[in-house]
Amino acid sequence: MTIETSTYNEVITEPSAYAKMINRRLFWLFLSIGLLLTFTLTDILVGPAFLNVFDVLDALLMTRENTDPTVYVIVHSIRLPMTLMALIVGASLGIAGVQMQTILGNPLASPYTLGFSAAAGFGAALTILFGIQLPYLPEFTVPVAAFLMACLACGLVYGFAHLRGVTAEIMILAGIATLFLFQSLQSLVQYMASPEVLQEIVFWLFGSMLKATWFSVSVSAGILLIAVIILARNSWKLTALRLGDERARSLGVNVQHLRIKIFFVVSLLTAGAVAFVGTIGFIGLVAPHIARMLVGEDHRILMPLAGLMGALLMVGASIVSKLISPGYVVPIGIVTAVIGVPFLFSLILMRKKSHW
Amino acid sequence: MLRISNLSVSYASHRVLEDLNVSLKPGSFTALLGSNGTGKSTLLKAMAGLIPSKGSFYHSEHGKLAPQKRGDLVAYMPQDAGATSSLTVLEVILLGRLRSLGMRVPECLQIEASESLASFGLKSLENRTLDEISGGQRQLVYLAQSLFRNPSILLLDEPTAALDLRHQLLVLDRVANHCHRNDTVAMAAMHDISLAAKHADRLICLSQGNIVADGPPEDVLSEPLIRDLYGVEADIIKGSNGTLHITPLRAV
Repeated sequence: MTIETSTYNEVITEPSAYAKMINRRLFWLFLSIGLLLTFTLTDILVGPAFLNVFDVLDALLMTRENTDPTVYVIVHSIRLPMTLMALIVGASLGIAGVQMQTILGNPLASPYTLGFSAAAGFGAALTILFGIQLPYLPEFTVPVAAFLMACLACGLVYGFAHLRGVTAEIMILAGIATLFLFQSLQSLVQYMASPEVLQEIVFWLFGSMLKATWFSVSVSAGILLIAVIILARNSWKLTALRLGDERARSLGVNVQHLRIKIFFVVSLLTAGAVAFVGTIGFIGLVAPHIARMLVGEDHRILMPLAGLMGALLMVGASIVSKLISPGYVVPIGIVTAVIGVPFLFSLILMRKKSHW
Repeated sequence: MLRISNLSVSYASHRVLEDLNVSLKPGSFTALLGSNGTGKSTLLKAMAGLIPSKGSFYHSEHGKLAPQKRGDLVAYMPQDAGATSSLTVLEVILLGRLRSLGMRVPECLQIEASESLASFGLKSLENRTLDEISGGQRQLVYLAQSLFRNPSILLLDEPTAALDLRHQLLVLDRVANHCHRNDTVAMAAMHDISLAAKHADRLICLSQGNIVADGPPEDVLSEPLIRDLYGVEADIIKGSNGTLHITPLRAV
C-alpha cells in the first residue's frame, strides 16, 4: 500500500502571512522609537535647576548667542550628556542582556550573571580606596579601572570555558563563580574603607548619570555602534541558537565560535556601559523579556527592540529620579527596578502565552 | 555516491563505532536498525560532522567532505522533538536556509517555506510558536525544515518517534519519495522494523558498533537476526504485496 504524498498538499491562499507578522513587529519597533523620542525630550526638559521649558527648548534648538548662557551651559554640558548617556547605557544593557540570554540559553541571564558588573564595581572601588590617579587624565581613573576589571572578569570566564568546553552550562558556572569572587572583593574593599571613602564607593555603585560627560557619551556610543553592527550580521545565527545547540550546529552554525564572539561583544558592551556610570541593575534582565514578549525571537527585530526597551526604561527611570525629590537627583540605579518591575509584571499578567 | 571509510568514534575511552565502511547511493533510502546504545545516533552525528570521528567521507560530486564542509550538504534531524521556544513554525522552516537569509527575507523564499509547510499539512500552524504545538507537530516541522534545505545527504534520527500511525506512514513515504526524486542520500535510524522494511530500500543493522547485516529488507530480515539484534523472538510474514510484517512475540 502506498500513500500518495498529495494527501498532504494544501492550497496556499495567503503567502503574505509572514509579511503581516513582520509588519506587526515593526509596528512595536516604530512605536518604541516614537516613545523614546518623547521620553528623551522630557528628560532634557526636567531637572533640579527648575529651568523654564521654553528656555530649555531655545537652548536646544538655537545657537549659543541667542539663548541665556546659564541655560545653554546647563542643557549642553549637563542635561544632554546625562540623557544621552541614560539612553546609550539602557540600550547597551538591553542588547547585552538579550544576547546573554541567547548564548547561555537561560532566561535569568543578564550582564550581571557573568560577574562583569561586579568586577567593574570592584575596579572602581579599588581605585577610590587607594586614591590611585592616572597621570594627565585623573578624571578617567575610575572608568578605566572599572573597564579593565570587567575585561579581566571576561578573561576569567573565557579561560575557564576554554579549558572545559564552551557550553552554556560551563559559562554560567564560571560566570557565577566570578560574580561571587568580585562581590566578595568589593565587600572587602568597602570593609577596609574609611566612612568618607565608603560613601564615595557606594555612590559609584548606585549608578548615576551625574558622572556623564560628552567624552563618556562618545566612548559608550562608539562601543554600542560597533557591537550593533557585529550582532546584526549574526542575527539569523543567533535566532537559530534558540533551537538548541545541536539543531543550530546541524543548520551549519559554528556554535562554539558564535558563543565566544558574542560573549566578547557582550562583555565589551557591558564594560562600556557600566564603567562610566556605575552598576545599573535590572535593565539587562527585564528589557529583553519585554521585547521578546512583543516581537518573539527573530533577532533582526528582537535585538533593536531590546535596546530600545532598555533605553526607554533607563530614560524613564532618569525622569522619575529627577521628579521623586524636586531639586535633587536620586541615583538612577535605585530607580530602575522600581520602574521596571511593575511594567514587567503587568506584561506577564496581560500575556496569555509563554515567551521563553 | 557517499563513501564512508574506516569510521571510528569513541566517547572518552569507550569505543562506540569500530572501523565502519559503508557506501550509500544517491536516491536511496537506508534504514539503520539496532537496539539501544549500538551507535545508530552516533553514526548519524558523525556523518553530520557534529561529533569528532576518525575516518574519511567522500562524496562523488563534492569530493572529500571535511566536518565543517558538511553543514552545507547535510540536513540532520536530531532524535528529540526539540526545545520549545517562541520562534514561529515558519521561522523554523526559514532557518533551514540560514545562508540565504539576510536582513530581508526574499518573498520567493517565504512562499517556498509556506509551501513546504503546506506539503506536510502544517500551513495552518505557520504563525504559531513552537511552544504552542505538540511534540509530534514539532517533529513534523523539523522534518519539513530538513527537506526544505534540499540537502544532498539527509540524516534522520528516529523521525517518526513522536508521530501517530497515519503520520508515520505519510512521513516515511514523503522522505522516500523526496530522496528518489532528488537523488538524495537518505539514512534514518528507526526502531519500527516493519515500517523500515516497508519504506527503506536498504537496511543496515548495527550491533555493538559493527555492521552485522546490510542489504535490501527481504534479503536481510530473518527471525535469527532479530533475535540476535534485539533479543526478541519474532514472526516475519510476507504480505500479498511483498511487504514484510514483523510481529514481536517475546523477549528472550
